[in-house]
Amino acid sequence: MPALGDVLDGKEICICAGSGGVGKTTTSAAIASGMAAQGLRVCVLTIDPAKRLADSLGLKELGNEARQVDPALFEKQGVEMKGELWAMMLDAKATFDELIARQAPDEESRDRVLNNRIYQQISSALAGSQEYMAMEKLFELHTEGRFDLLVLDTPPTRNALDFLDAPKRLTQFIEGKSLRVFMKPTGLAAKVTGRGVSVALSVFKRIVGFDLLADLAEFFNAFSGMVDGFQARAKRVNKLLADPGTCFLVVCGPQGEPVDEAVYFHRKLVEAKLPFGGVVVNKVHYPADQLRGESKDLPTTLAEKLGDEDLGQRVAANFSDYQALAERDARNIERLAKELRTSSVIRVPYLDEDVHDLAGLAEINRYLFATGEERVAMAAGRA
Amino acid sequence: MASCGLEIPLRGYSYGGRLFLPALEIARNCPITDLLDKRLVIVTGKGGVGKTTVAVALGLRAAAEGKRTIVCEVSSQENASRMFDHAEVGFHEVEMEENLWSISIDPDESMREYVLLQLKVRAMRDMLFRSRIFNYLAAATPGLKELVTIGKIWELAQLDRKVKKGRKYDLVIVDAPATGHGVGFLQTPRTFASIARVGPIHSQALQLERLITDHAHTGTAIVALPEEMPVNESAALEQDLRDEVGVAVDRIYLNGLYPERFSKAEAERLSGLADNEEGAVRAAARAALSEHNRARSQRAQLARLRRRVEAPVKTLPFLFEPELGPEAARRLSRRLT
Repeated sequence: MPALGDVLDGKEICICAGSGGVGKTTTSAAIASGMAAQGLRVCVLTIDPAKRLADSLGLKELGNEARQVDPALFEKQGVEMKGELWAMMLDAKATFDELIARQAPDEESRDRVLNNRIYQQISSALAGSQEYMAMEKLFELHTEGRFDLLVLDTPPTRNALDFLDAPKRLTQFIEGKSLRVFMKPTGLAAKVTGRGVSVALSVFKRIVGFDLLADLAEFFNAFSGMVDGFQARAKRVNKLLADPGTCFLVVCGPQGEPVDEAVYFHRKLVEAKLPFGGVVVNKVHYPADQLRGESKDLPTTLAEKLGDEDLGQRVAANFSDYQALAERDARNIERLAKELRTSSVIRVPYLDEDVHDLAGLAEINRYLFATGEERVAMAAGRA
Repeated sequence: MASCGLEIPLRGYSYGGRLFLPALEIARNCPITDLLDKRLVIVTGKGGVGKTTVAVALGLRAAAEGKRTIVCEVSSQENASRMFDHAEVGFHEVEMEENLWSISIDPDESMREYVLLQLKVRAMRDMLFRSRIFNYLAAATPGLKELVTIGKIWELAQLDRKVKKGRKYDLVIVDAPATGHGVGFLQTPRTFASIARVGPIHSQALQLERLITDHAHTGTAIVALPEEMPVNESAALEQDLRDEVGVAVDRIYLNGLYPERFSKAEAERLSGLADNEEGAVRAAARAALSEHNRARSQRAQLARLRRRVEAPVKTLPFLFEPELGPEAARRLSRRLT
């Protein structure tokens, strides 16, 4: 089992992906701080509109600009910070606006897009645009070359894959060359197209109303000058994602459902020929496998040691509950490793206290960055 | 164009979308019948907090009380049918248990159904869906998918169903998508009504907004976990639902609360064993301490949540079970208050 440090050695981008509620944000922050402690200049990006990352890094707030986490905070936790840790929260709308400003041939076309109501919806609310903008920001930061490593905490979409398709979907969306012709205000559509198209348009208009259709037409027209630029950029983003310097980590929990999703996600990464680095399983109940044989007379032994029969019984019953969860976790992780055909399964135990600050991150890093042997030793000690 | 009048009587809603029930009027100890007597209950919250479990438990509870109930999933993940060890149900209303149905609302299917209801002629609908332009426009219109999904929920909640031979339900429970993007999904009708300023879809969007914000008929429950960030997020979600969507939250279910199995004095005795013993005794003592610590920190989170929200907070126990099946959901359903 390779340590995370080896997996990430020489990588410039680490993308943490997985379904919601599995601890992606925490894992991303822990990885970034761990790599920074080793001497790299690292920036962690989150898309989550909640202020989780800021909270956990002791920053009051995060914005669309990277901010450095005070190294003194790490030293307080006994962590020597050899490098630098930076963090930012992606503002999808601001990033999109910047992108439009960069791609627009002139100020007038820029303003036409920025003021269009369809654009305003897409840039702030449309599912997929956050993902797309995350890729965009990642690309921008990578091009700038200010950081040794960028860690991306992907958005908590139910379908963890949305962000992979996002650049493609968005360019398809704005492409629509044929469509723009039909939407020209001259009514060209009626003249040059077949009946099917005009019926489709007229029914669509009947359903959504003329206003919305006009806005859409205006949007496509305003965008027309930028399509090529967007496509070229999307291609470069895709190339960056597939680059050997990029590494996808799948983050999941040990229950059946998150494991299923991790398997599915891994398959999609492989299909898309994207570089898979390993899987991090959070909140694992560590088993005490080697102790199972001894635990037969446990209630009696415990009762004797404690001098309290009732308490002994309860401690033993609680232990067997924990073991059942530990066995489930072990089964699921075994299945995960088999399905992913990987030995890179990094387990982070379910800690007694939930992790929401630098002390917690430091604790998690003991596991994330431990070597295989260290991890086994810690697991045995922790039970 | 079909008239899509709302058949359920609507009282007391407001167009402006601000809260129609002052928070103080929501009794702290309102009984669960208040929630189950609604026509529609939306179960929402962050990913991975147990929304499906709570939605199914609510469904079981309502069904046990004789209400014809349907649990709607909108994420095409079929977690609800999986909980019943049932085959995937798809875009069909499938009976899971007596009085309890389940459906997975697929936006594309909802769109097809919606357009058919508008056009009335199946052949015309099919022609439309073969048209590249139509599909393109439908995909390009922001929020249209979410809107037709909510439209289907509305349709299920009608006493006079729009679809042929539609079953009448007393209660529709929605397992809402994870609130990764804030309140996005529930806000769709309002957003859409503002971008489509005219036409039938504009008035339908307004109608859906009225349904969502009609506190007499629509209830909302947030599911949370007793941890630092989920508590913060749930408090923020309650506020956003209130201020941005105009929805009053009826309940917050704090899910997965560990039982207090050991007292503080017992924990102190156990820490001696954990430090000085070996093998299974040490491991068992550590597990007990771990349980004690978690139960304690969770109670601190529970208190924090109660301080930060207006809605009554109800707890659901952590079940020490490897996978939650129908039996677990049934037990939880009896614990719902």
